[in-house]
Amino acid sequence: MIFLRRQVPLLITLITGLVFAAQYYVPHPASEQMLTSVTKWLQIIGGFALVLGVSSLFHVHAMKIRRKEAGWGYSFVLYVSMLGTIAVGLWSNGKEAIDGTMTAFGWIYNFMMVPLQGTMFAILAFFIASAAYRSFRARSREAAVLLIAAVIVMMGRVPLGEYLIPLSGDLSQWILNVLNASVRRAILIGVSLGTVALSIKIIFGMERSYLGGGKE
Amino acid sequence: MPVETIIGAWVATGLTLFIFSFLYKDNPLFKLAENLYVGVSVGYTIVKTYDTVIVHLIWKPIVENGEWALLIPVAIGTLMLTRYVPKAAWLSRYAFAFIVGVGSGLAIPRVISSYILKQIEDTVRPLMVMVPGEGLTFTMNLLNPASSLNTIIILIGVSSVLFYFFFSVEHTGPGKAVARTGILFLMIAFGAAFGYTVMARMSLLIGRLTDLIEFTDPSYGRPSLWLLGLTILTLVVMGRRRPQGEPPEPH
Repeated sequence: MIFLRRQVPLLITLITGLVFAAQYYVPHPASEQMLTSVTKWLQIIGGFALVLGVSSLFHVHAMKIRRKEAGWGYSFVLYVSMLGTIAVGLWSNGKEAIDGTMTAFGWIYNFMMVPLQGTMFAILAFFIASAAYRSFRARSREAAVLLIAAVIVMMGRVPLGEYLIPLSGDLSQWILNVLNASVRRAILIGVSLGTVALSIKIIFGMERSYLGGGKE
Repeated sequence: MPVETIIGAWVATGLTLFIFSFLYKDNPLFKLAENLYVGVSVGYTIVKTYDTVIVHLIWKPIVENGEWALLIPVAIGTLMLTRYVPKAAWLSRYAFAFIVGVGSGLAIPRVISSYILKQIEDTVRPLMVMVPGEGLTFTMNLLNPASSLNTIIILIGVSSVLFYFFFSVEHTGPGKAVARTGILFLMIAFGAAFGYTVMARMSLLIGRLTDLIEFTDPSYGRPSLWLLGLTILTLVVMGRRRPQGEPPEPH
């Protein structure tokens, strides 16, 4: 039984890992077809993963409503809005517009989801500004450099900033395209080296945390 | 103007103002909008996933094109759901093993090629460029990211930041200077990322305010003005109603 529970999953990982690592070096139509198929397969399996996540959300809020815990009314609102959106979406065949005419699902998207999402992210502007005021005092040379770079980039991205500091536009572009790009590149190289090392460890069974705990 | 657009304007304005009310303080109107947002977003994701995965990737290819091989990923996906049956939960490992194995296998050559070799190739470029009529030239234009001067700056930036994160060597002597240069580059990048994010959020804020201004138009029934008044009134009334058992505020 341990073989089925522990060894077979490791074997599946080893074989699939080696096959799809080798696929990159085989420029044959059959190899390309295999890649296309597996990409579609991963999308399908990912859809089932969503069921796991959503059912957990359903469960948490259902328990809150059943036990009438504090704030259960908000859970009820969440439930109703979720089920309502699903019902309307299925009724509209998942389309926001048909022949240029907005469906009920499109109405929910345009007049509920977009304003809610936009405003939720917009209020972050206030909190970022407030956090910056508290933490961006130039206490050290490094903090001062960070503050100056942030101010230049902010000024360089609005007409008023460019009007007040004429050089800020060009300077902002230089910071983003050269200094920022070099740091992003270094971080990307470091992260990629880590990704490759982790992938090798996973394929050869040295990293097994993805199998979860529980009984052997 | 269509009725659904007018109703939509009232709903969008109300929800926008409810979220903005959090700037005053945490309140039931904000919580209502917040939970509505989560519910609608999850519902939308479920419908879109159903349409993409079940309808377009599974049902139609199998029924219309006879692609029966697609039942294999369906079976693998179904194995994931065995997590709900404690005795059979171990079967979900097969699904995770497949996803992780394929993902790792696909990642290794592609990450090495695109994110390591290509990035190094773009970092270590020739310092002199051939300009027609001028021959080999060292370009000093800072505004051109491909100029010779910027090539040197990028090389210094990448090397020093990589060195800063390389902990196998103690950062002393010349190494300390290189690591400190790396920190300066990192600080500039963090500052730039911060400034960029703030401006992106500002852009969203301007978008929401533009909508609110548009909805003050009489053709919509001036929802912005009516609902702003209503929201403020609700907040004032709620602020005055002290919950039972809460002691009075000290003067």
